[in-house]
Amino acid sequence: MAVRWSPAAKRYTRRLAVLMAIYLAVLFTAVWLFRHDLVSGPLAWPLAIAPALPIIGVFWAVMRFIVEEKDEFIRLLIVRQCMVATGFCLTIMTVWEFLQNFDLVPPGNGGFGAAFFWFIGLGVGALYNKVTMGTAGSCA
Amino acid sequence: MKNRLKVLRAERDWSQQDLADRLDVSRQSVNAIETGKYDPSLPLAFRIAELFDMPIEAIFERD
Repeated sequence: MAVRWSPAAKRYTRRLAVLMAIYLAVLFTAVWLFRHDLVSGPLAWPLAIAPALPIIGVFWAVMRFIVEEKDEFIRLLIVRQCMVATGFCLTIMTVWEFLQNFDLVPPGNGGFGAAFFWFIGLGVGALYNKVTMGTAGSCA
Repeated sequence: MKNRLKVLRAERDWSQQDLADRLDVSRQSVNAIETGKYDPSLPLAFRIAELFDMPIEAIFERD
């Protein structure tokens, strides 16, 4: 049966779409400017941080979803999803860090930071909800 | 916690979605409560009791 999206879920999806569009635009702009050596000095700092802002916005959107969702069961599913995502992300990053500390893997993260693994963790959390609660809720 | 939600719903010939609409919750919520995967909060339990015009303990019972 098709899942009816709550107003909070619709708002979350809209926010996510807008933030991801901004992220892609800012990221490509920043990469292009840095690759062509068009920015340096103090201006490089805010430009380097700029792509992080929409990602932080996604964290905000997820937290707002928890606050705005009226359905207590769906709220529980989102919170469980976030808990799994946080545990998944911390586990991956901790293991990775120790592998780097003992020089078993190269330094750096190749662009795959904590946020990337947290978002993957949201997917794992949705799967966990589906297996244990029978539904992933209205957001995955 | 056990509950008689599925029986009470069936007696009224309501689908899970019908009950969900009457309680202003998602169909997933009704399904999770019916299957015992989720115990509703006290406010939601009161809403369920009011809808069926029964005391809470006539709908929900401890395992």
